[in-house]
Amino acid sequence: MKNWMKSGAPWIWLNGGAVALCIVMVVGLLGLIAIRGFGHFWPADIVQTTIINKAGQEKAILGERVRSEVIPAAVARDGGYEVASDVELITRFLIKEGNRDVSPRDFNWYLETGMGELNYPENAVSIERREWGNFYGFPQALTENGKVIATIDDENFWQELSQRVERSVDLHSDINHIEKVDIGRINHKLERMRLDKRRLELQNADSATMAEAEAEFSAQRAELDAQYLEVKAERDALYKLLERDSLLATIASGKETSIALQNIVRVTRPNAMGVFGKMGQYVERFWEFLTDEPREANTEGGIFPAIFGTVTMVMVMSIIVTPFGVLAAIYLREYAKQGPILRLIRISVYNLAGVPSIVYGVFGLGFFVYFLGGSLDELFYPESLPAPTFGTPGLFWASLTLALLTLPVVIVSTEEGLSRIPTTIRQGSLALGATKAETLWKVVVPLATPAMMTGLILAIARAAGEVAPLMLVGVVKLAPSLPIDGNYPYLHLDQKIMHLGFHIYDVGFQSPNVEAARPLVYATALTLVLLIIVLNLTAIRIRNSLREKYRSASD
Amino acid sequence: MLETTDVVERSDISTDSGQATEQAAGEQLGSQQTFATTDTYPMDNETVKLEVKDLNLYYGSDKALKNISLQIPEKKVTAFIGPSGCGKSTLLRCFNRMNDLVDSCRIEGEIVLDGSDIYAPGVDVAELRRQVGMVFQKPNPFPKSIYENVAYGLRLQGVKSKRVLDTVVENSLRGAALWDEVKDRLHDNAFGLSGGQQQRLVIARAIAIEPEVILLDEPASALDPISTLKIEELIYELKDKYTIVIVTHNMQQAARVSDYTAFMYMGDLIEFGDTDTLFTNPSKKKTEDYITGRYG
Repeated sequence: MKNWMKSGAPWIWLNGGAVALCIVMVVGLLGLIAIRGFGHFWPADIVQTTIINKAGQEKAILGERVRSEVIPAAVARDGGYEVASDVELITRFLIKEGNRDVSPRDFNWYLETGMGELNYPENAVSIERREWGNFYGFPQALTENGKVIATIDDENFWQELSQRVERSVDLHSDINHIEKVDIGRINHKLERMRLDKRRLELQNADSATMAEAEAEFSAQRAELDAQYLEVKAERDALYKLLERDSLLATIASGKETSIALQNIVRVTRPNAMGVFGKMGQYVERFWEFLTDEPREANTEGGIFPAIFGTVTMVMVMSIIVTPFGVLAAIYLREYAKQGPILRLIRISVYNLAGVPSIVYGVFGLGFFVYFLGGSLDELFYPESLPAPTFGTPGLFWASLTLALLTLPVVIVSTEEGLSRIPTTIRQGSLALGATKAETLWKVVVPLATPAMMTGLILAIARAAGEVAPLMLVGVVKLAPSLPIDGNYPYLHLDQKIMHLGFHIYDVGFQSPNVEAARPLVYATALTLVLLIIVLNLTAIRIRNSLREKYRSASD
Repeated sequence: MLETTDVVERSDISTDSGQATEQAAGEQLGSQQTFATTDTYPMDNETVKLEVKDLNLYYGSDKALKNISLQIPEKKVTAFIGPSGCGKSTLLRCFNRMNDLVDSCRIEGEIVLDGSDIYAPGVDVAELRRQVGMVFQKPNPFPKSIYENVAYGLRLQGVKSKRVLDTVVENSLRGAALWDEVKDRLHDNAFGLSGGQQQRLVIARAIAIEPEVILLDEPASALDPISTLKIEELIYELKDKYTIVIVTHNMQQAARVSDYTAFMYMGDLIEFGDTDTLFTNPSKKKTEDYITGRYG
């Protein structure tokens, strides 16, 4: 025993155990997120059965089985259900019945007792709609302008249906394009014209210039109005086309209802699909999740604006923080006189990394947004006042706040990198008649780039996952447009953005429909983790290639 | 020319202390022992390139160089030998003012290069370092291509013409006996070279800016014997064009490559003379002890 202690084996076990625990926790966390997140997109079978409700009546239900749990029978009895007295535990199922337009609740718990046989009818469809969530039911017929053109018994019914759904989805995206891009552009121009006019007024231009400008503006406006009417006519025509088809279907209770095809995003028949069909569905849904805009208060559709906002914000932050951090570190390490004052400054900088991020958020709101932004508005955008341009939370302020938050990380890494450059290299340059500045910029700084990249990697990792300060300085639940578009000045630093981290919070905790949102929380969390990994891997690749380039110098 | 020998005798020699301790101190060469430190060797038939006059150097309150005076002849190889910590590298670094980088370093006395004091106020240190090049113990190529390493000094001087750069790079690499080995990969990273090649590259880099003096600080101590031999051959060739000062631990090396040798000990210059004389017939006991390997 004594020898065993002496050999150091217990230490090795202890150390190994700590590592194992870390691995288990990390893998467990990622695994949970991955399983729940990825599972969301798998098309679940639609189950049809009957239950006996509290009133003792039999009721037909149709939907997806989400999960089940075992509860004490007493709880069910308290809930008003008839449960035999000798039963202690009872299983209940959560069924997603959808059809929010028909019944108020789309997720319902049903007890196992009294549940009829489970059927998986082939013709049951799940329809994703633009409004009212999913529809579960049995399609009966397809109508065009009110006339039935195909019924469920026709051979080509499903083909016809999918063709027509595709058509309406295409039309929808055309309309969306017209509304977002064409009408957006016209509105943008109109707004700029209004601002130009207001600027002239503020500058107290004389009446001749005013009249001249006025004439020009009205000419432009007339032209834009004409364009608008043209585009609007085009859009209205498309809307007209959209209204053509609808689908007649029956729901679980046998009631017939009609769904306009323009409301349908996707029709799936999971019970009739094989594994490969489901996989295709899976990929399609996952792609939609990544590239589409959210629907129904963020509980459906995709998260593209949030991904885009996060990436844009991190990029802008990197562009701000890198030069600042590097310059500050070079001064601290290379030029400042080493002494107690410098040590104090350095300690302060290092400790900034430990300040809670919400404090930065409050600072950003108070100083950047209201003070700096307010001043900028008065100086450069007086024409749009009282509506603020930069005097309101937005992309730039969010990026700047995060840059401030991550500045210490960049400074510390860069300083460490600089201090690792061997003195022989510096002396080699100085001995060739280089001045200190020449040595620094031609030899030392290039050698320290891997360290700077390390700092940037850490900064990106921290910034991409930060949520608390962003709620104050520029991130919103739903941004009307992306921060980069085709309208001058292309990158809109003053716009509010969506952010994955905030999206998780919003969907998970602010959503009206918790059950519908739950899988999205996991999926969004997974996306955020993957995004950070991708950003980091990119930066690490760059750093490693730099390191390879400068390898032997720091040996 | 003849410089009168001024022998600095210290008056605080304790002659009356115990004989035994005196001998023990003699074995250890205690620092209080005093020698005729400044023994300026008569430079017959030589032009003096660098002259050190009464140089004292302090690191904070430590005196690292004590009253050094010597003359370094032009287009000859002068070697500094001595045990570790004797101040030979420190003295070498005085010649291109590399000691300026050490904050606590303070210097008294003069170093005269071609008739002007390099420590005089208003001397452009960068300009001085262009005249007095230096090669360090460990090869220190820059993280750039071989070509850019050699062209570095010229680019600093604002030379942009590719023709000029190409010529100088080739001539310098030929001068450093490296051209044949690297001519096909001039634009590869310099870190891909072996240690010996890197050291010759560093020498090529130094001669590219055509200095007058080249300081070599133990240039072969980190290299294998074959590379060392190449460096030594190179030194032999370079002395036709440059004044060379070399610091070395290796006495055989000093004997092989140098024309003059200075032996230093504990910050003192013990003996300076032409290499053959110093190694075969040293005039000081310390020198003899050192070169016969009795200490150091």
